[in-house]
Amino acid sequence: MAYFPDRPLPSQPLPVVVTGAGIISPLGRDWAGNVAGFRAGRTAFSPISLFDVSRQRVGTAGQADITDSAPDAGISRKSWSRMDRGTRLAWLAAREALADAMLAGGEIPMIVGTSAAAMPIGEDYFQHALATTKNRGSQLRRVELYQAQRQLTSMARELSISGPLRIVSNACASGANAIGQAFHLVRSGRAERVLAGGYDALCQMVFSGFDALQALTPSGLPRPFDAARDGLALGEGAGFVVVEAAAAAKARGARVIAKILGYGATTDIHHLTQPHPLGDAALASMQAACAMAGLVPEQIDYLNSHGTGTLLNDLAEGHAIQRWAGDAVGKIKVSSTKSAIGHLLGGAGAVESVICLIALKNQFLPASLNVRETDTVCTFDLVRTPREADVQRVLTNSFGFGGANATLIFGQEGFT
Amino acid sequence: MRKPIAITGCGAVSPAGWGVAAMMSALDSDVKIPPSSLARRVGEKLIHTPVLRVPEADATTPKFARLRRTSPISKFAAAAAAEALGHDRLTKIAAGNLSVGVIFTLTNGCVNYSNRFFGEALADPMLASPILFPETVFNAPSSHLSALIGSTAPNDTLIGDSAGFFSGLDLAVEWLERGEVDGCLVIAAEEIDWLSAEGLRFYSQNYLPAEGAAAVYLEAANGPVNLLRLPDPVSLSANSRDQAALKIRAQLAPVNDGLTLLVDGRVGIPRYDAPETIAWADWTGPRWSPRMVLGEGMGVAAGLQVVAAVTALTCSRFQRAVVTAVGGNQQAAGLSLTTKPSL
Repeated sequence: MAYFPDRPLPSQPLPVVVTGAGIISPLGRDWAGNVAGFRAGRTAFSPISLFDVSRQRVGTAGQADITDSAPDAGISRKSWSRMDRGTRLAWLAAREALADAMLAGGEIPMIVGTSAAAMPIGEDYFQHALATTKNRGSQLRRVELYQAQRQLTSMARELSISGPLRIVSNACASGANAIGQAFHLVRSGRAERVLAGGYDALCQMVFSGFDALQALTPSGLPRPFDAARDGLALGEGAGFVVVEAAAAAKARGARVIAKILGYGATTDIHHLTQPHPLGDAALASMQAACAMAGLVPEQIDYLNSHGTGTLLNDLAEGHAIQRWAGDAVGKIKVSSTKSAIGHLLGGAGAVESVICLIALKNQFLPASLNVRETDTVCTFDLVRTPREADVQRVLTNSFGFGGANATLIFGQEGFT
Repeated sequence: MRKPIAITGCGAVSPAGWGVAAMMSALDSDVKIPPSSLARRVGEKLIHTPVLRVPEADATTPKFARLRRTSPISKFAAAAAAEALGHDRLTKIAAGNLSVGVIFTLTNGCVNYSNRFFGEALADPMLASPILFPETVFNAPSSHLSALIGSTAPNDTLIGDSAGFFSGLDLAVEWLERGEVDGCLVIAAEEIDWLSAEGLRFYSQNYLPAEGAAAVYLEAANGPVNLLRLPDPVSLSANSRDQAALKIRAQLAPVNDGLTLLVDGRVGIPRYDAPETIAWADWTGPRWSPRMVLGEGMGVAAGLQVVAAVTALTCSRFQRAVVTAVGGNQQAAGLSLTTKPSL
């Protein structure tokens, strides 16, 4: 990562692989639980129990199953008690990724995407500050623990990671950008391996925000790419991967889950919260990732769409996919896994990357659930039930508030 | 050899005023900027928090539709960005002849609107403003900047402590070295609100919360001020602040010849300044501590330090500078600069 003019970098990009992955979502607390959930085509929405939604328009979301008590191993009760819900999710997924990669921490960089960060602690601070000027010690604790960098520095300590920490907050593309940035660090020879991922937990303020925008589906069941879709459902979770130089992975005998073949990132300046109607930036992001990977669209076996279930997003993304694939659009298999677990905001891109790895390793395509009548924009093959398939190369899209667009492409180890 | 990296533009908005000149004038005069007071009532009690605000007079925020509804952080950032880019570059970007990436670093972000929106949501979620909420998202200010300058090049927002600006510079160097952009704007900004101002003073009543914006424009070329060293930040996950300050000094390896300018992150509170005070105790050269004049700007503080150092070199007051900061809960970081071209 460092810049010293007299320390040259490799002249050619290095091959990059994923050697560890971890995931927690409303469908399960680990890789195996999520494989089972996506293969079965389950949805995971339930009434919200984390905060008061009695006066909201919508009262359901995808909630992850974690308890308030510390897990039995790997972290002290004290450290767990100081973690906000989001960082707990992140820690669980990051720990799984490191264990999967057979790593015990080390001096490696950590790049993490989040949007809401430790907002529930900020909400507590706000409400206490309005109510009283007493309890200064408790308020100081809340101020300190609210800060994402404080939480993630503590998480790094708990994982025995001592490298630099970078926190990306590009709204709903944060997790994908974090993995993309890790990919570039390794590809350019700046780092041998990086722990990267994203997370977000449900919180009242963000839930109220999406409700105020009337972006949440009143039915509680999102239907991405349905002609009558009426909004998204929020969810929570985390996804982490160990991104590593192929040579370094080989040297230490690490198992390779997948190669990272390409990454594209663009900025949509059309509007703060609305995508360009024809998906210009989404198209550019997919094209950039494919160009880096040396692939044409028909070589992509599965496209995990951003697919929020809102009217504007799905239309723009659908147009972008049509323009990107051209005459091959009918062959492109697309689904939105947000239909099963909801929109994980800053965690979405990372969790959906891990879902793509699940598709690669388990040779099936997760589905766009709950679709009754497909939108006319779906000239691609919308996967409506889980489907066994030969999956060699997968692409995932993430688009965020503010116009951050990101695309990642993963491939089977043997693919060149 | 790596590509040379030059800083060829600077912008600043600070409690000293709008523009780099106002900030440098305040640093040179070493005169304390008078604080104002934030007041709010909790029950019968009136809480006053002294703060250093950006003066309203002489604002240089560019006129742009998307900035009409934004809170101060976006307006400060836009003014600093416009100053750093300058008219010629803005014209080139608008004509599609210059690809400029945007990297925004912050600690608190849009805290004004977060305060207002959450207050509304608690009072009656059915009436909470849908206009406010999008502005509470951390990357809203950077989104406005890309739209303002008309750039679809990459745009990233990084959260960090008061040494986070160096992580933004690190990412900018990556983009420039791989040719992803022609130039990169790295911006830090913060705005005052009682939420964050009172929060800061829980750490020490001697903190003077401040706001503003800092922007630097980087290119992969030799320029009047070049990057000499930008080491990896030293994480506080495995180091105390004292250890981290010493390690970052060792990485920067500045020549202690009495001629190199040190721009440090001390704020005037011994307990929090101790790591830098100790790590640089033997420093014999000129030493500036902008936070002692401009207040604790949190995410923007290190950005203003870098702007001060670059400006001092550009004006030929020094040939080398080193800038450091030890953040509160993430990292110690720094960089060194020179007026000599890289070979």
